[in-house]
Formats: sequence, structure tokens, C-alpha cells
Amino acid sequence: MTNDIIHDIDHAAPIEIVDRPVPLARRLYANPSLRRLGVVVLLGVIWQAYGVILDNPLLFPRLSDTLVALGEGVMSGEIPKKVLISLRVLLMGYGLGIFAAGVLTALAATSRFGSSLLETLTAMLNPLPSIALLPLAMLWFGLGEASLIFVLLHAVTWVVAMNTHSGFLSVSQTLRMVGRNYGLSLPGYVFRILVPAAFPSILSGLKIGWAFAWRTLVAAELVFGAASGKGGLGWYIFENKNELEIANVFAGLLTVIAIGLIVDSLVFGRIEKHTLRRWGMQAH
Amino acid sequence: MDAKPGLDVAGVTLCYSTSDQIVTATYRVSFQVAPGDRFILLGPSGCGKSSLLKAVGGYMAPVEGHIALNGREVRKPGPDRMMVFQEFDQLLPWKTVKQNIMFPMLASRKYSRVEAADRADLYIEKVNLTRARDSHPHTLSGGMKQRVAIARGMAMEPDILLMDEPFAALDSLTRGQMQDELLSLWEETKCTLLFVTHSISEAIKIGNRILLLSAHPGRVRAEINQVAGRGKALEAEIYSLLFGSESGHDE
Repeated sequence: MTNDIIHDIDHAAPIEIVDRPVPLARRLYANPSLRRLGVVVLLGVIWQAYGVILDNPLLFPRLSDTLVALGEGVMSGEIPKKVLISLRVLLMGYGLGIFAAGVLTALAATSRFGSSLLETLTAMLNPLPSIALLPLAMLWFGLGEASLIFVLLHAVTWVVAMNTHSGFLSVSQTLRMVGRNYGLSLPGYVFRILVPAAFPSILSGLKIGWAFAWRTLVAAELVFGAASGKGGLGWYIFENKNELEIANVFAGLLTVIAIGLIVDSLVFGRIEKHTLRRWGMQAH
Repeated sequence: MDAKPGLDVAGVTLCYSTSDQIVTATYRVSFQVAPGDRFILLGPSGCGKSSLLKAVGGYMAPVEGHIALNGREVRKPGPDRMMVFQEFDQLLPWKTVKQNIMFPMLASRKYSRVEAADRADLYIEKVNLTRARDSHPHTLSGGMKQRVAIARGMAMEPDILLMDEPFAALDSLTRGQMQDELLSLWEETKCTLLFVTHSISEAIKIGNRILLLSAHPGRVRAEINQVAGRGKALEAEIYSLLFGSESGHDE
């Protein structure tokens, strides 16, 4: 018998295998959606309690009053109508902004001049709040949708372009060489290599752009929804404040929040789940 | 220019510029690779072997001399010269293993979709990745990723497969295994390899011919056309060619 190899595993020893289910409470707590729901419920309770203590519906209506107002607004069809008006303008501005960002980043990806152009324009214009352009927009385009779309375009373009551009720049040299190896045409190279490789940045640009557009729109409607005749959600909030229907004001704000949440989780959340997480480009 | 088959590198000088100076990577390097060769570019870091490979790949134009593959001058990257890189991120993370292998076949329009799918399956089997066929790259180990990259290159049946230190980032156990696998794949396909490495033992194990380069700038030190069966003696000889007469061992 040789001792060259010594087997040092005691197969006779009993093994204690830990193989039991995780307790229910811990499994529930591990679910991020449930945790977020918990936060929402907690905030709702605080709201209601404060409303009851303050007892001043003109300053701070209770959550229950707000929900009733929201229900009535939705049932009467007024809030859905305002939401549709706002969303229509929003989507037009958002779409145009993405298109403009696409053109700018395509220029930046193909020439050094384009790249400097984009970087300079973004550095200059991105810090400029869109709403500050509204007076000018009203002068140029009058009181109407065109002005709103103009400020939305400004709100969306720079942030989407900036993110897409930095996403393109961060595509690794190896991946670029791999892409060029296959003899792809320039558009093929951009859309089949650069865009998917930069997708994490592009998607985060789209998300921030969406949020910017949404808040810019509501703010812009607050300023001049009055003159355009058919205003959206911002106008609904403004109008109800003038009539001291404060519960309705809160209902309008809740609607703004709800749409933001829905788009974030249903649209962007779903895109993330089917792309970035599946590809391992984003942590779970 | 004669149109004999294989790769012809003739008097190639390569330069690249950093932000403040132009560096000569290789100076008048010449060599020929015949079809079916496993040709190794071996040398210390700074000998320009990776630059040479990139020039053959068409990513870098020679300042002097010319590079021709099967009589055609190399001007830009193309799918007749598939590259396998050292970096694990050479796979497209948004595609599964199979889609990664199919992508160049479809992108270059060399194969139809059906052919590409069949060939991808065949090569996935050859590199023993059948179970990972529909996985995304981020779920694979480093060795598996390199197998996918090799399968992707070989499935294209390129005129020459360019490998830039493909096993350098692997642990030594995996590296040895991958070298054996590459050799048995070569036995099956007899594809032409141009393989860059800085490891003398890897060069002797993989290659049937070795081009030895010296550093700063890269120049041909020796061309070894008889590798098989010379083992340790050759290793010592290469070592003394590279570092003078003192004997020693690689790694």
C-alpha cells in the first residue's frame, strides 16, 4: 500500500444537509415589489393621520378625501380626458426629442466634428431648464401645442443624446474590432453592434428623458394651459386650485405620480427585464 | 505579386501613435503561412506580435511592405480572417451562445440562416458546449467563453484564424485543457492558424512553425520550421535566442 495519495474525506461521518424552505416572512421581505408596496402604504397612513390631525381640507386634505376626489374625477371622465391630452403632447415631444437625439448621436458617432458639436451643445443647453424657454417658445410658436412640443423637445433631446453618446464611447475596443471583423456596413455596425452594446446607457437616457418630459409638460401646462382652451393635467391642477378644490389638486398630482410609476415599472421595467438583465448587463 | 495560397507578410513595418509620439511596433518583418499551418508569433511584450496580428486582421495599415492573403492585398477587416481575442468580452452579451456563433455567418452573408444554424450546432458540439447552447455569455466561465469565440471563428471556415493570446487570461489548468482541445479541433478541421503568444511552452505545444520576434521594435529573431518532437531542448534554445546564452525556463 502506498501513501502517495491520502484520501482525507471521512465518508462515514453523517452529513447535516440544510435543506428547508426559507420562512414566509423572509421570502415576502425579499420581494422588491412588496417592499415598495409597503413603503407606499406607510406613506398613505402618515398622510391620512396628518390630514386628520390638521383638519384643514383647504391646506391639506386627507388621503381619503383625495381618493374620493380622484374616483369622482376618473368616473366623470374628466381626469382620463386630461390625461389623454397630456399624453398625446408628451408622446409627440418625446418622439421628436428621441429622433433629434438619434440624428445628433449619429453625427457624433461618424465624425469628430459631430462629436464636438454634440458635446458642446449638450454642455451648453442641458443645464438650461426647459421651462425657461417657454416664454420664448410662446413668442415664436404662439399659445398652443407647438410651444409645448418645443419645450419637450428641449427637455428630452440633450439627456437622451448625452447618454447614447457616452454609451457609444464606452463600447469596448474588443467589441468594436469584433464588429468590424464581420464586414458589416456602417448602419449594420451601428445598429447591430453599437446600439445593443450601449443599450444600458441608452435606456437610462430614455428613462431620464421621459421623467424630464413629464415634469416639463405639467409645469408648462400650469403656465399657459389657461389660454389654450383644452388643457391637460397641469391645467386641471391649476384650475382646481383657483376654485379651491384642493382635494382635486391632490388627485391631479396623484395621477401625475401614478402615470410616472406605471410607465417606469410597466414599460421601462419590462424592457429592462427582457434585455439588460437577461444579457447580464445589469445586476438583478 | 504571386498568387500562391496562404498568408504572405513581406517587409512589414508597423507604427502606431500615442498622444505625443509615434512608436515603431515592428520593423521589416517577413514571413509566410501555408494553408494548414499552425503558425506562432512568439516574443516578449513590446515585440509587436499583437500589432502584426491586427495588421493581418486589417485593423492597422503597414507603413512599409505589404500583407496579402491568397494573393489578395489585405486592406480592411473581413470575415475571411476571423479573430479570436484574449478578452472575455469579445462575445456579444445580448446574444446566446448559438446566436453568437451564427452572427458572423449571417452578417457576412456567407451562409443561409438554415446552414448557419446547422453549422453553429455542429461547432457547439465540437467544443462541448451543447448544454450551454441557449445561454447568454454572462452565465459562462472564462474557458467556456473562449470556446465559444473559437467555435465562432472556426464555424466561418475562414482562410486563416487569427488568435491573439486567446488563453492568456485563463487559469493554468483551463489553459492546458484548452490547448489540447484546440489541437484536436485542428486535427478535425486542419484550419490555418496564426497564433500570438508570449509563452514559449504554449508556442511549442500549439505550433508547427514558430516565428521568434525581438522587442523594441519587433524584428524577426528566428524562424523555427521544425517544432514537433523537440520538446525541452527547443524550449531552452528559444530561451537563449530571446535572452542571450543563459539557460532558463519559461514561467
